[in-house]
Amino acid sequence: MAVVRGFALSALIWGLVGMLVGLVIALQLVWPELNFGPLHFGRIRPVHTNAVIFGFTLGVVFAGSYYAVQRLCRVRLFSDALSRIHLWMWNGIIAAAAVTLLLGKTTSKEYAELEWPLDLAVVVMWVIYGINFFGTIAKRRVPQMYVALWFWMSAILTVAMLYVFNNLEFPVSAFKSYSLYSGVHDANIQWWYGHNAVGFVLTVPILGLMYYFLPKQAGRPIYSHRLSILHFWSLIFIYIWAGPHHLIYSPLPDWAQSLGTVFSLMLILPSWGGMLNGLLTLRGSWDKVRTDPLLKMFVVGLTFYGMSTFEGPMMAVKTVNSLSHFTNWTIGHVHSGALGWVALTCFATLYYMIPRLWHTTLWSVRLAEAHFWVATLGIVTYVTPMWISGVTQGLMWRAVNPDGSLTYTFIETVGAIRIYDMIRAAGGALFLTGVILMFINVIRTIQQGSPAVPAEHARLVPGAAPAAAGR
Amino acid sequence: MAWEWHRPLEARQLTLAVLSFVLVTIGGLVLLIPPYFLQGEITTVPGVKPYTALEQEGRDLYVREGCYLCHSQQIRPFKTETDRYGPYSLAGESIYDRPFQFGSRRIGPDLARVGGKYPDSWHWLHLRNPREIETRSNMPAFAFLEETPLDTSTTQRKLEVLRWLGSPYSDRELEHAVADARAQMATIADGLRSGGMALSDVQAQSEAIALIAYLQHLGRDLGPYAIPLKTAQVEEGR
Repeated sequence: MAVVRGFALSALIWGLVGMLVGLVIALQLVWPELNFGPLHFGRIRPVHTNAVIFGFTLGVVFAGSYYAVQRLCRVRLFSDALSRIHLWMWNGIIAAAAVTLLLGKTTSKEYAELEWPLDLAVVVMWVIYGINFFGTIAKRRVPQMYVALWFWMSAILTVAMLYVFNNLEFPVSAFKSYSLYSGVHDANIQWWYGHNAVGFVLTVPILGLMYYFLPKQAGRPIYSHRLSILHFWSLIFIYIWAGPHHLIYSPLPDWAQSLGTVFSLMLILPSWGGMLNGLLTLRGSWDKVRTDPLLKMFVVGLTFYGMSTFEGPMMAVKTVNSLSHFTNWTIGHVHSGALGWVALTCFATLYYMIPRLWHTTLWSVRLAEAHFWVATLGIVTYVTPMWISGVTQGLMWRAVNPDGSLTYTFIETVGAIRIYDMIRAAGGALFLTGVILMFINVIRTIQQGSPAVPAEHARLVPGAAPAAAGR
Repeated sequence: MAWEWHRPLEARQLTLAVLSFVLVTIGGLVLLIPPYFLQGEITTVPGVKPYTALEQEGRDLYVREGCYLCHSQQIRPFKTETDRYGPYSLAGESIYDRPFQFGSRRIGPDLARVGGKYPDSWHWLHLRNPREIETRSNMPAFAFLEETPLDTSTTQRKLEVLRWLGSPYSDRELEHAVADARAQMATIADGLRSGGMALSDVQAQSEAIALIAYLQHLGRDLGPYAIPLKTAQVEEGR
């Protein structure tokens, strides 16, 4: 469990750093004077995305999946040594990513910016995670594998495939390489990866967390096992096809763009199936949501999941995409998913695990409650102005005078959205405030607890894993 | 309640894992493999040449500084886009682009055809401080580029790798990569100086020069469509 504690704490720290960096770049867009030489938006933004996606989110996924797999399989992790190497390698990679990205060592492929030496390290780390996770399941003492495990296994295999093929590159020097693919092919494979990074890093493993931790916290089994089966198989099959919706009206062949649109629309069904499966789990225990901030986070998280998985397919329709593409709308959409669904679910997962990992109770439920409300307010304050400014940009770019000439110069559209960029930064600041509250709460919780199992409970935990099946 | 036929699968780790993996590979194969064989889909565009040594160095700087995070290089086939930026992007134009730089946002304007739109001196001043030219701009100042000498220690190696990957550089271009880059730099620096810019020797061989060389190449391979230099648009910044 020491490794799970390590992942949980590191994730929280990377989250704090990553979101702070996010606030910095939001402010840089409003006040360009905040760019200092090489420390400018273009180099810092990848630090934000890498820290929150691969630092914070993946950290919680590692912690949550290692925590749950031991309970669902009633065995210890496959290898303590691999677990420790995994923890330290991952922290080392994220730190090295931050440094190299600030130095401008980047492949420029969004969410795959790391240069080839770090790519190799990521592959080794991922294989270690895979061996450790699959190995744990292989020696399980419970024959049936609960649905959360399917999601994590699928994520491990699919991310391996995506990462390797998108990052095939030929080194020029220690930290410079050229992509094996060029132009449209490169774009095609990058967005096959980029979209599925959203799918298999920010969705599938988070659904694994939801399937385990929501029923545990609610004290009720998942609503429908049949729906879980449908959800799992249809989601992973359909997700992989939707990448070209990032390249609509690009030189990518039309048939590929159309496939991307069609599969994006189909994606609504499994996504909403999963959302309903989670929400309906609370059937009969909605009264608990009133007093339990963790359940509030799960519920609002699932609601944002439903909302952004409806919005996404809409944005993949050509007509809508012609307006939304290249605008702030995309950023609003991403953050309604990333802050609303991913981060809230991750927070709830951490709030669930941390008191148990230190054998105590949460220091302050009221502070967690405050975190929930500040975070929710922050998300709304962030996403709403991004929608407005995105549509504003889209409409201004295409506005024409009666004689057919363009109404606005580009710079006029920059000025028009400045106020919304300010409000967005305020929303981000609120969200970050919530994470700071959480950090205080976690530190206090750890101080009052202890990593060692209390003596009076020791006899109950032969394998240091309290018995708990997820359904 | 539960589907009984699915239960045996839930107890077989390997089968479930393999099945899930096969399922995700289908979409990948269908989307990624055919474009390589459907060459007709990627129209070859006459006139498209690999970047010169200096332009390639400039392009690598464009990548290094994350310019693609604010500037797209992909003009969509709408009248309002072609009016603003020029002819829409063709697949054949980016065949030597490793990595591609379509971008995903327009915090700033599209740059697919920015080449020749503004004089070198405009770019020189604009990179130093965009707000000297357009007060409402929120682009970072890239003054540090003109104080940093261009590193040409890997220029030749870069072209070698690119040729190996498919860019048709001649033997001569490989051998003279650094000399060619230096010569093109001198041409640009001389042009700036004769235009009234005071350039130190460091500035004349700086990264800013390489970046300008790249920017001025963008979109100019399409000979017949080449956009004439319009100095009238300079102050407008569109």
